[in-house]
Amino acid sequence: MTTPIANPVAVADGIFTLNDGQPVLLGSRCTNCDNHMFPRQHGCPRCMFNEQVDVELATRGTLWTWTVQAFPPKAPPYLGPVGDDFEPFGVGYVELPGQLRVEARLTESDPEKLQIGMEMEIVPFVLGTDEDGNDVVTYAFAPVTQNGDQS
Amino acid sequence: MSDVAIVGIGMHEFGRHDGISGMDQGVTAVRRALADCGQQWSDMEFAVGGSMDAGAADTMVSRVGLTGLPFTNVVNGCATGGTALAQAVNTIESGAGDLGIAIGFDKHEKGAFRIKGPRGKDWYGGSGLALTTQFFGMKINRYMHEHGITRPTLAKVGAKAFRNGALNPMAWRRKPLSEEEVADSLMLSYPLTQYMFCSPGEGGVAMILCRADKAKQYTDRPIYLKAAAVRTRKFGSFEVLAPSIALEHDAGPTSAASKAAFEQAGIGPEDVDVAQLQDTEAGAEIMHMAENGFCEHGEQEQMLANGDTEINGRLPVNTDGGCLANGEPIGASGLRQVYENVLQLRGDAGERQVPNDPKVAYTHVYGAPGISGVTILSR
Ligand SMILES: [Zn+2]
Repeated sequence: MTTPIANPVAVADGIFTLNDGQPVLLGSRCTNCDNHMFPRQHGCPRCMFNEQVDVELATRGTLWTWTVQAFPPKAPPYLGPVGDDFEPFGVGYVELPGQLRVEARLTESDPEKLQIGMEMEIVPFVLGTDEDGNDVVTYAFAPVTQNGDQS
Repeated sequence: MSDVAIVGIGMHEFGRHDGISGMDQGVTAVRRALADCGQQWSDMEFAVGGSMDAGAADTMVSRVGLTGLPFTNVVNGCATGGTALAQAVNTIESGAGDLGIAIGFDKHEKGAFRIKGPRGKDWYGGSGLALTTQFFGMKINRYMHEHGITRPTLAKVGAKAFRNGALNPMAWRRKPLSEEEVADSLMLSYPLTQYMFCSPGEGGVAMILCRADKAKQYTDRPIYLKAAAVRTRKFGSFEVLAPSIALEHDAGPTSAASKAAFEQAGIGPEDVDVAQLQDTEAGAEIMHMAENGFCEHGEQEQMLANGDTEINGRLPVNTDGGCLANGEPIGASGLRQVYENVLQLRGDAGERQVPNDPKVAYTHVYGAPGISGVTILSR
């Protein structure tokens, strides 16, 4: 299970909520054609209908594709560690059944351990601390092991 | 088929040019294009141009001449040059002008592009997701999984680019690299290494266009624009910098622009003698071969093994070294491809000339947030 984070603050409002420490992504669903969108938006790019409802997205899915970010992103905008403190991290699209594919950081960054089609679960991920000492949290996906726990 | 001809071309060398602004490079390209067809700036009836990071193109009139001509600025991401060309074609075909110029130039800071998040507080960039390089790694990784393309084939594309770039005096990177050197360079975004990626760079290109029936007034070797098409993404296509994508699949803006261009030109992929395809990275060239209709998905593995896309091959691709050897000054990149094709069709491409008098040449540019531009030229 995930280790509790002492003072979590989300990287931004309206992207996810923390439910018992686990992020839940905030999406929209088109009331006309059922298309799902993330982040939330008004106006459906599929059917052009302008009535959507807020939904919470699935917390489990399968890895559709992935890469490994091996060099530090430019900061700003990046909020994580750069320079000597930088560690490569995985990035992928996770397919949430019946909804959409969401882009996310992955907790795994070893190409040998990442496979298209593997089962993934959402977890909180600490990018760094803000000026008040809070942990700035974004969402990530972690591989699910055989017995259902995250590896 | 359009009734427009390209009669003059000019380029400022691609690369890194300390102390020379992007605008300077655009102005040099303009002067060289005018000299190429013996015209003056005062002969231009209209201009269309753009850059992403090097200023508004129309301000160059204070340098090249305050003649009062209508000058349209184009800002359309990676398709800026292609869009400028398409607008110039439309201007001529509408009858609003008979002789005009399309211009693209740029100069970017070193390293990967710095990109702000799509909306609101920047959670996307803040989380480490606002990198175009990640998209390219993820798109080719999925493609390799679906279509059996292997990592050595990615290295083949890189080695070809630097081999061709070494033959191009206007290219930025002119040192040949072996497949091993490409494959073993620093891994940037799996499965793509440093030498499989192009870098943001600098450069400028200009070209002078006119009504096809007047072309012989300006040059004895006009090149005809049979098609110029620009398309944006549709629902379901997998594009760069997308926090989410739909479960539905669309073939994407490249396929759409390619189909539209072939329809305009009234020919098919089998008629093309040389092609410049967007190679932001090695995998993009491979995927774009199929998206532009030159092969089926997965056939690229065997085509590269056969050497089909070499200068002497069945379908030479990126004969000037592409983005990999030239770098990518966004505003100029699409016009660079057209410049190379004009040289190839004139028979002026020197050491990298495609043999057997190529007659039909194809360009394809692609970029954020899902836009493609295609041209088809003929002698
Ligand atoms: Zn809808």
